[in-house]
Amino acid sequence: MVVGTGITPFGELWEHSLRDLGIRAGMEAIRDAGITSSDIDALFVGNMAAGRLIDQTHIGALIADFAGLAGRNLPTVTIEGADASGAAALHHAYLSVASGLHDCVVVGGAEKMTDLPDPEVTEITATALDQQWESFFGATLFSMYAMMARRHMHEFGTTREQLARVAVKNHRNGALNPAAQFRRPVRPESVLEAAEVADPLGMLDCAPISDGAAAVVLCSAERARRLPGPQVRIAASAQAGDTLSLSSRRSLVGFDATSVAMERALKLAGRSRKEVDFAEVHDVTTISEIMAIEDLGFVKKGAGGPATASGMTAPGGELPVNTSGGLKARGHPLGATGIAQIIELVLQLQGKAEERQVPEARVGLAHNVGGCGATAFVHILEVA
Amino acid sequence: MVVGIVSYGACIPRYRISSEDIARVWGQNPPLIGKQLGVFSKSVPSSDEDVVTLAVEAARTAMRRSPVAGDMVNAVYVGSESHPYAVKPTAGIVAEAIGATPNLTAADFEFACKAGTAAMQSCMGLVGSGMMDYGMAIGADTSQGAPGDALEYSASAGAAAILVGKKNLIATIEHTCSYTTDTPDFWRREGQIYPQHGGRFTGAPAYFKHILACGRDLMKAVSTGPGDYKYAIFHQPNGKFPLRVAEELGFKPEQVRPGLLAPEIGNTYSAAVPLGLAAVLDIAVPGDRIFVTAYGSGAGSDAFDITVVEAINSMDRTGPSAVRSMIERKVMIDYATYAKLRGKITMGGASR
Repeated sequence: MVVGTGITPFGELWEHSLRDLGIRAGMEAIRDAGITSSDIDALFVGNMAAGRLIDQTHIGALIADFAGLAGRNLPTVTIEGADASGAAALHHAYLSVASGLHDCVVVGGAEKMTDLPDPEVTEITATALDQQWESFFGATLFSMYAMMARRHMHEFGTTREQLARVAVKNHRNGALNPAAQFRRPVRPESVLEAAEVADPLGMLDCAPISDGAAAVVLCSAERARRLPGPQVRIAASAQAGDTLSLSSRRSLVGFDATSVAMERALKLAGRSRKEVDFAEVHDVTTISEIMAIEDLGFVKKGAGGPATASGMTAPGGELPVNTSGGLKARGHPLGATGIAQIIELVLQLQGKAEERQVPEARVGLAHNVGGCGATAFVHILEVA
Repeated sequence: MVVGIVSYGACIPRYRISSEDIARVWGQNPPLIGKQLGVFSKSVPSSDEDVVTLAVEAARTAMRRSPVAGDMVNAVYVGSESHPYAVKPTAGIVAEAIGATPNLTAADFEFACKAGTAAMQSCMGLVGSGMMDYGMAIGADTSQGAPGDALEYSASAGAAAILVGKKNLIATIEHTCSYTTDTPDFWRREGQIYPQHGGRFTGAPAYFKHILACGRDLMKAVSTGPGDYKYAIFHQPNGKFPLRVAEELGFKPEQVRPGLLAPEIGNTYSAAVPLGLAAVLDIAVPGDRIFVTAYGSGAGSDAFDITVVEAINSMDRTGPSAVRSMIERKVMIDYATYAKLRGKITMGGASR
């Protein structure tokens, strides 16, 4: 059960260090859950690259220490799965509670990215790719997605305008999210005119460089009954993997890891796709969201562009996607993203999403990808 | 203490390169880049133009237009981040060129883009305290931008000289104040050819924070509001920031545009605010009040409250020495010529 959430604003948080952000999100989650720090059995932290971004590893111990918990000798662990580190941390935290080992844990995700110049950050995010076969030769995360976009356009006739619709939708959603990095709508023309990142992707097709942290408190169903509601259950926490390098894959137009994780998640939750009311998907680029709704099986392969253009994934559509603004507008502090997605699910399921509330939201799905699809997580949450 | 401006002079190199030309070379969107930065072309120093020659030219104009003889100038301070020598003062060469030697004090200043205004404040202090009658403050730069870096669109060259004194004033400086912190937004280490910068960190926590604080401090100290000024001059690293910071302080674009030269000549660094001031003094009439706030990375701001007085009418402010005519007197060059002039082409074994 998810019993508490805490999130910092995402963005260029010049005044805040990683430890500062991690503690803020964690303490807010603890307060929100109505527990005290003495109730916590363990801390799980998702972080991708603090070792290179701020020369600091051992993030779990760091945050526990500066949150004043060192004296409790808590077990802490930092979990890395590229930019799916947040979902990976949640997965392992979930397993620790489900197994009965722990009764109540805090799971957070945090990243501090703006201390370094942009080109260095680009190199660091490219470490999620295969160093020997990809990043060594100059590939970056966005250049890989650009190749996938080109192939998707070639095979299915997906258009530049359809890609832009993803950014326009997610910026419009982000404008309604107080924690979002970009709280402003963008025009389709602005997306098409924006500076080129990797053809055909421009600046507004790509998730930004962000600082931020997010945390949730998980506890057993039995323990949760003693806490105030409304409560949200993790119905499924599933992961799948694939080859690290894109060139070894069966296909360039989708992620098998996403499809397999989705099948596993639906089976674990005992649910069908039709029961999913809304989703947060890994829109690290606009093509990523189009491929995600296909790989998750909400539309058939190749139909993601037209489906997006038809408004299917917009608020009020058949399946609202990324009501938070997604990685594109909420921001993408690598390790924090997976947890931020879960927080959006919880707010929607509790009916607390204010202006961006999906009516009668009962079942929500979060999809978090590491790098270029070698790791994918699908979480399904439902009203308890 | 009535201290003010006795005379001024400017110098802008003739060569220009367009932002479109630079964008084309680096695979950026040529028509869009100028619009995004608000910089459409920038000045480029020729092979015989450096901080010394630009500063001398500006200082000579200032001397020629003033009733002050060279040997009456008791201080020469040159602010720049591109002094030709790491050790050997630019100021001494300039002092010699305007006939101020040997009975004067001289030194080179460095505070990123606000070294020129820091020199003005030093001259104000010396003159105001009665230690001397006249001091020459110069901001001059041939600034550097690494090939392909965002700075390449703006880093340009120019100089402006302000002769500070208590007598023969064309404008009085009512007040000055500064706002300084340790903020690492832009730097160049010893021995490095090109500076580094903190990308977007150069915006909100650097340029905007310091200018807003310093500008507000100044208006508070002299009990004025934006409406009291005919002109407002801000540091101009591009064409966008000055208009945005002006709006935040409550100034209107028409107060800013006469002193906003970045769209046509780029960011002249230490010369940017002194040149903007020179452009405004070229057209100002007695009674006009001018609000000035400089910014230098690292970081700090200097603000000035200036009022133009009657004597400005007897100064010859037209002709080739006027800032506007220097801006219009231009020769467009291509990227290859620019690369050669700026020493960006590595010559096999030969020195540049």
